[in-house]
Amino acid sequence: MSRFRLPGKGRVNHAETVRFSFDGKAYEGLRGDTVASALLAHGIHLMGRSFKYHRPRGPVTADSAEPNALIGTSRGPGRFEPNTRATVQELRQGLECESQNRLGSLAFDLGAVNDALHPLFPAGFYYKTFMWPRSFWDRLYEPIIRRAAGLGRAPSEVDPDIYASRYLHTDLLVVGAGPSGLMAALVAARAGARVTLVDENPEMGGAILSDPGVGIDGQPAWDWLAQTLEELASLGVRLMTRTTAIGYYHQNMIGLCEKITDHLDTIPDGAPRERMWRVRATRVVLAQGALEKPLVFHGNDRPGVMLAGAAQSYLHRWGVRVGDRAVIVTSHDSAYFTAFDLAEAGTKVVAIIDTREAPPEALRAEARARGIELLAGHTVTGTKGRLRVASVTVNPVEAGRIGDPRMLHCDCLLMSGGWTPSLHLFSHTKASLAWDEQSRTFLPGRMTEECHIAGAGRGLWGYLDALSDGAEAGAAAARALGQEAEAPTPAVAHDRAGTGESHKELPTDRTSSRVRAFIDFQNDVTAKDIRLAVREGMRSIEHVKRYTTNGMATDQGKMSSINGLMIAADAVGKAPPEVGLTTFRPPYTPTTFGAFAGYHKGATFEVTRATPIDGWAEENGAVYEPVSLWRRAWYFPQGGEDMDRAVARECRATREGVGIFDASTLGKIEVAGPDAVEFMNRMYTNPWTKLAPGRCRYGVLLGEDGYIRDDGVIGRLGPDLFHVTTTTGGAARVLNMMEDYLQTEWPDLDVWLTSTTEQWATVALNGPKARKVLEGLVEGADMSAEAMPHMSVAECRVAGFKARLFRLSFTGELGFEINVPARHGRALWEALMQAGQPHGICAYGTETMHVLRAEKGFIIIGQDTDGTVAPEDAGLGWAIGKKKPDFVGKRSLARPDLVAEGRKQLVGLLTEDGHVKLEEGAQIVFDPDQPKPMKMVGHVTSSYHSATLGRSIAMALIEGGRDRMGETVHVPMPDGVVRAKVTSTAFYDPDGDRLKL
Amino acid sequence: MLLIHCPYCDETLPEAEFAYAGEAHIIRPADPSTLTDEEWRDFLFIRSNARGPHYERWRHVHGCARFFNAVRDTVSDRFLLTYKAGEKRPDLASLGVAE
Repeated sequence: MSRFRLPGKGRVNHAETVRFSFDGKAYEGLRGDTVASALLAHGIHLMGRSFKYHRPRGPVTADSAEPNALIGTSRGPGRFEPNTRATVQELRQGLECESQNRLGSLAFDLGAVNDALHPLFPAGFYYKTFMWPRSFWDRLYEPIIRRAAGLGRAPSEVDPDIYASRYLHTDLLVVGAGPSGLMAALVAARAGARVTLVDENPEMGGAILSDPGVGIDGQPAWDWLAQTLEELASLGVRLMTRTTAIGYYHQNMIGLCEKITDHLDTIPDGAPRERMWRVRATRVVLAQGALEKPLVFHGNDRPGVMLAGAAQSYLHRWGVRVGDRAVIVTSHDSAYFTAFDLAEAGTKVVAIIDTREAPPEALRAEARARGIELLAGHTVTGTKGRLRVASVTVNPVEAGRIGDPRMLHCDCLLMSGGWTPSLHLFSHTKASLAWDEQSRTFLPGRMTEECHIAGAGRGLWGYLDALSDGAEAGAAAARALGQEAEAPTPAVAHDRAGTGESHKELPTDRTSSRVRAFIDFQNDVTAKDIRLAVREGMRSIEHVKRYTTNGMATDQGKMSSINGLMIAADAVGKAPPEVGLTTFRPPYTPTTFGAFAGYHKGATFEVTRATPIDGWAEENGAVYEPVSLWRRAWYFPQGGEDMDRAVARECRATREGVGIFDASTLGKIEVAGPDAVEFMNRMYTNPWTKLAPGRCRYGVLLGEDGYIRDDGVIGRLGPDLFHVTTTTGGAARVLNMMEDYLQTEWPDLDVWLTSTTEQWATVALNGPKARKVLEGLVEGADMSAEAMPHMSVAECRVAGFKARLFRLSFTGELGFEINVPARHGRALWEALMQAGQPHGICAYGTETMHVLRAEKGFIIIGQDTDGTVAPEDAGLGWAIGKKKPDFVGKRSLARPDLVAEGRKQLVGLLTEDGHVKLEEGAQIVFDPDQPKPMKMVGHVTSSYHSATLGRSIAMALIEGGRDRMGETVHVPMPDGVVRAKVTSTAFYDPDGDRLKL
Repeated sequence: MLLIHCPYCDETLPEAEFAYAGEAHIIRPADPSTLTDEEWRDFLFIRSNARGPHYERWRHVHGCARFFNAVRDTVSDRFLLTYKAGEKRPDLASLGVAE
């Protein structure tokens, strides 16, 4: 038995020992312990070092607000987690944990030199110190800051755990299962509502777990709790423990993070570690209670100094006394009960220091009866003890004057500065807070969501008030849900109601520059820092927060923000509500990335679209590249070829014989209806009226601003039917744009739009031998050059499958695109491969497609254009139907900036040295000798090595480019300036003779 | 996540089914060629950027695929009303909002 554990006490299982290690040393705890309670049972308070000054620290709380006792936990590869609060982590067999933020051992930390040098690290020292010389930044300051920054060490292995996601709809969600939340859930469930009750702790009960002496409805509190939980379960209430409501979003959507396996000795097969719930609740009751405030005095951060309420929790929930000799310092009645309970458990309570001059007589009397010395109207001016508090200095305060000091020896100092309603979730809804002058705290104000707040969350104190208020909230919620409900009045015995007063720093007789009174324990912000920030001109609480980092640690200011506000308000000379609180944002407590990501990781991170021919590509060794959500065959290496060699071979084979390419990812939209041609005339720049059925045309789509949005070949299959193709990435966007115009601007047009991208598999056959391969497979169409000239389309059968056969070319060679129903895509491909065998057919991927099109100067939307390129800029002026009265974007082509001189135009670039390939994206200048910064006149959009031409080629957007044919431009690169000549973009077969086969 | 009422489906559904589509009641001129550069600029680019009730378009893109109109308060992020495309722009007074 550990020395500080009380046999048989608490809610832990004394019969079951759990072994764990802390900083490599083995310990035993009990089932139901947290790491903090188990270490405290062994008399260990020192659990960590502070962030900035490396001061020794121990737990100040017994809950999720803990700023100090942060540990790393691990259970094998990939399962290391930093910054876990020791007060929350439950023991499991074999749990390994380590302290953080130390250089050396926890007891002897070299980083503590920062503490001795603390005058060098005032608030805002980052802004003041690392300013100059400028050259020190990269080599000295940044590496040092990076090493010092951050808490804990980041895990470096892939997380092997599963994280689940669920949705939940419920009539009433109750957040917090303390006395108010339990009553709210009970009353609403009895009235017939579907209720969900959540609590972040492993056990429901809230404050009741730490106050077994209270009686409710004639029973001891713990018996009442057990009976209530039983009734809730029998009423069908969904009871969720270890579940934190992390955020409150619009229209009563609440995010819950449920911890599932962190407390288990072994992880069940396939069990998720955590589950994120997205709950839509018709009504919400927030019963999150209140957070105890620390008092602000010199040395309030030593191990052994903790909140009085925490000490009470360790005593009753875990059967652990936090020390042998306790001093209590308080400004609130609640700490008296801690003193009395500890005294009963055998801890010597040296004294109760009350900052108030006249504590309630009943409490004074009980202290007297127990023989506890009470020092009312006193202050604490300091503590001593290197790794654990050993003594505390107290002084009487009379009319603002600090009297003579007295030293009290102790091994724990339990403080209470009163309680702050926990309004984090409430504040997420952008609801307003109202300052309550009497209790000097913020209470809930105007609400924006369908919610109720009950109990300590709205400043009520004591069990009778909390239970009654919870019952009222539950009844109100049930009535809002259309149920009849009555709120019962519970009977409470030995209630622990109370009041207190609120402080800024406690009065002290120390020189102000020598006071180290901490407000934000985790970020090492002292009261002095807050006052310094105000002196240096920070007036807004938001500025004070960022300058001092108060409230910016992982505890999000749960303990520090209200004390910070009190002191800032005092320094600014305004009332606290005028200074205001900083914004609370989700999540309420630190939440893993895994919980947010859920199933969206690895193979299920995003959809991968694959064409019907993808399987063939995989079997034939394709290397893939992602193109929007598709995975496309990039190239097909043979016999250990690298990409350059494979692409050169694929290009040559296509230009000299025949190449085959999977073009199924092309977007396809069927435009049908009596007004289809009118619709096409209005959408695309080109004229469509005279395009005969059986013919096709290259279409350009603009935005209303006149810039190119998309392009593609469009076939007219009949008077009222068009087969539109779009770019691979643009399919959904183009359909959305077409639907927008059709539904909202021209609802009078009789047109139907259908996405057919995934209904057709598309195979492109290119090269001088393309017709030879294809003609034997085609039925029902004349393949001759006369009957099927370039840019025509026919409905026929290919390889026995119903097909739409296009004659078009994106390579400059004789080309066909065969569309068959997607389920026949692979069979078509294999039939073509077989028919092409005698002709040396070669499968090629997207890289070869890119090179071949660039040799012809065909553009790729989004690569050679960027959303600021008009048709004329891209050399597509010929595609504009100038006689059409209107089309989308037509008016913009006459905008002053689109007709201005010197616009960037798409041109070809040939480097002087054909072996040098320009970098895509590289900037272009006219004069390489001009002073820096140089005037950039354009950039390289496409650049490849062309096997056909035996040299590199590139396309570029250059200011006034088409008037600069033959001129030399310069591309400055890190290893020298590349010279290139401006040319036409048609590098190969500029007259298109190769299409005339 | 917001809940949005689709006036075509007549159902209130999660925001994930919808896509925002810009300000509402900006009508494409019947003959843009008659507009001055300034008028055309205003049509293209100038938006009300309202603080408070805002008339805007949404598309039930993962549902019925229809575009519809909505009045949403840009401060509270509340939908005051949704209505079908082509219906008259409701005045704010009828929604209980001071103009």
